[in-house]
Amino acid sequence: MKKLLQICLLLLVPLGAFASAGIELEDADIDLTDRLSLENGAHLYVQYCLGCHSTKYIRYLNLADDFNVGQQEILKKVAPKGAGIYDKMLTAMNGHDAKKWFGTQPPDLSLIARSRGEDWLVSYLKGFYQDLSKKTGVNNTVFPDVAMPNPLWQLQGEQKALIKTIDGREVITGLTITEPGTMTAKQFDKAVNDIVAFLVYAGEPAQVQRRSMGKYVLLFILMFGVIAYLLKKEYWKDVH
Amino acid sequence: MKKSHLENCGNWFLDRFPLTKLWNDHMAQYYAPKNFNFWYFFGSLALLVLVNQLVTGILLTMNYKPDAGLAFDSVEYIMREVPWGWLVRYMHSTGASAFFLVVYLHMFRGLIYGSFKQPRELIWIFGMLLFVALMAEAFMGYLLPWGQMSYWGAQVIISLFSAIPVIGDDLSLWVRGDYVISDATLNRFFAFHVISIPLILIMLVFLHIVALHEVGSNNPDGIEIKASKDPWGHPVDGIPFHPYYTVKDIVGVSIFIFFFATVLFYMPEMGGYFLEHANFIPADPLATPEHIAPVWYFTPFYAILRAIPDKFAGVIAMGGAIVVLFLLPWLDRSPVKSIRYRGGIYKKAILMFVISFLGLGYLGMQAPTAGATIMARIFTAMYFGFFLLMPIYTRWEKTKPVPKQLTDQPTIEDRIPGWKATFCEMIKEVPVQKDGETVMRKRPDTSGIINVLIRTAKNIKASLD
Repeated sequence: MKKLLQICLLLLVPLGAFASAGIELEDADIDLTDRLSLENGAHLYVQYCLGCHSTKYIRYLNLADDFNVGQQEILKKVAPKGAGIYDKMLTAMNGHDAKKWFGTQPPDLSLIARSRGEDWLVSYLKGFYQDLSKKTGVNNTVFPDVAMPNPLWQLQGEQKALIKTIDGREVITGLTITEPGTMTAKQFDKAVNDIVAFLVYAGEPAQVQRRSMGKYVLLFILMFGVIAYLLKKEYWKDVH
Repeated sequence: MKKSHLENCGNWFLDRFPLTKLWNDHMAQYYAPKNFNFWYFFGSLALLVLVNQLVTGILLTMNYKPDAGLAFDSVEYIMREVPWGWLVRYMHSTGASAFFLVVYLHMFRGLIYGSFKQPRELIWIFGMLLFVALMAEAFMGYLLPWGQMSYWGAQVIISLFSAIPVIGDDLSLWVRGDYVISDATLNRFFAFHVISIPLILIMLVFLHIVALHEVGSNNPDGIEIKASKDPWGHPVDGIPFHPYYTVKDIVGVSIFIFFFATVLFYMPEMGGYFLEHANFIPADPLATPEHIAPVWYFTPFYAILRAIPDKFAGVIAMGGAIVVLFLLPWLDRSPVKSIRYRGGIYKKAILMFVISFLGLGYLGMQAPTAGATIMARIFTAMYFGFFLLMPIYTRWEKTKPVPKQLTDQPTIEDRIPGWKATFCEMIKEVPVQKDGETVMRKRPDTSGIINVLIRTAKNIKASLD
């Protein structure tokens, strides 16, 4: 019995170790029915991310259709200059240069929200801090030693890590802004949230439709089930 | 009266094809025991899911491209551009998990009511072959989306062949068609997934059902209803499958598709269990994911594989975990079929088996740590112990007398009032101040909950004797 208990405790160790590894993920607050947030997110994405990261499964036409706005508005407000409505959201940077500059090719972000999750993305975009030992001058709390520089630093300002030594290990307990950016903390939170909302949308454009039609399907199945149950009761009356 | 043309056509057909006989033999005059309970829904549900997989699979094939350079994109094309493609794809991916869930419950039914025992050994064997074919089907289908988990999962499993002495390396090379998982592997897996194995599955389902209808269905009491017949030669305790069980199974179907649709429309990834997060990254032969885990339905067997320190021995153990299931009809020496009349030792053994299977399933999803490996070894021993010690503990178990005819057991509907009473016992009404008025509110009652828990524990203990 004692041995069994020890084994159970051993099993819990990795869980505990995981929980104390620095900063926890932030909660994303995403509303995919909020067209303005999505449109703003797409706009910010094109301005700050599309330079390196494509979203190749999305066309500008998809944005117009799915956000319920005119094609002209998407071309004027979201798409980069010169892009057509039928163009895919491709980056202008070529892979060869990217490898030379960053050591790795920036991944396509169409499905990043599905592989990483929205909370991780919000935490990542807000998790850059100054680290002069790195080539880019910054490091990240949820993606240590990431090759990407902070593209949003002008908006957010510069952050410094608050480091505490726990059990002889240096652990980041939080981040603090050392030099303010062009946005207030609240504005920046909203901007990051909007970008992530766009990425969540890009991960599965059908999801709004999927969720909204789900309730009707379930209601139909429920009614079907009631009728099936009554039919069964009627037939089984004479089985004893 | 002159016969209509339609009737003439019908008769022309029936004179040449025994449709009436088939219908009667397998539906309208197939006598099934009248006491099927909850556990007996899963056979028909497995058939439903099979049809779902075939239909959605054909639709997916129309837009999928079995090509290492195009596969991932074509799946996203289905998800985004093909009208209703996302629905069809989610029906297929959710259906794969639902298939295993339903089949595991169907097999567990056989385990507790002795459906594998004489004279139904062959039904069990066909069923086990179906299970193996299903695992092959699921494994090969999982490579097709060509994501990171597809790729590396297949890489890990196929490399197991190379653990076989002497021929191992050549064998795994032959299976892959290349030195790593590649376009050649994808193409052959596509061929197997779409043509060969579905054909095998359909043929085995046919054999499974024909064999079942030859000997007749088992039941929760585990007695042969053919032993007592009425003057017309029909089993006293039997009712025609159609209409009684067709209408009953439709109720089961509606409950099942309610849950199925809930998953499909609201949580198609099922938190990463049905569609793994890492599978949304295209396959990259140069980047191994830090944690490779198979989909949930393979994890019990994967945990057994990892529990054994030697790779080849692990492969043998993993295969053995499936082979022992084939031997079940000959391992069980008890004269009694149903768990209702078996001794306490078998009930306890089944409980241990369920714990070990679920435990292995959980551990198979986790990264291997020292503690987890020890637990996996204990569960592996329990898993094999259940089967290999069975000839010993079932031979001397004290069984209870088996009735001659089916017994009356409360149905789910009969039990609802009891559940309601239990629920009320756990709740008491307390006066609460609200807006200056005293109103009675329902709050959980600690002593009531403790009473219910003690009673439940006692009932469980009693049911294990």
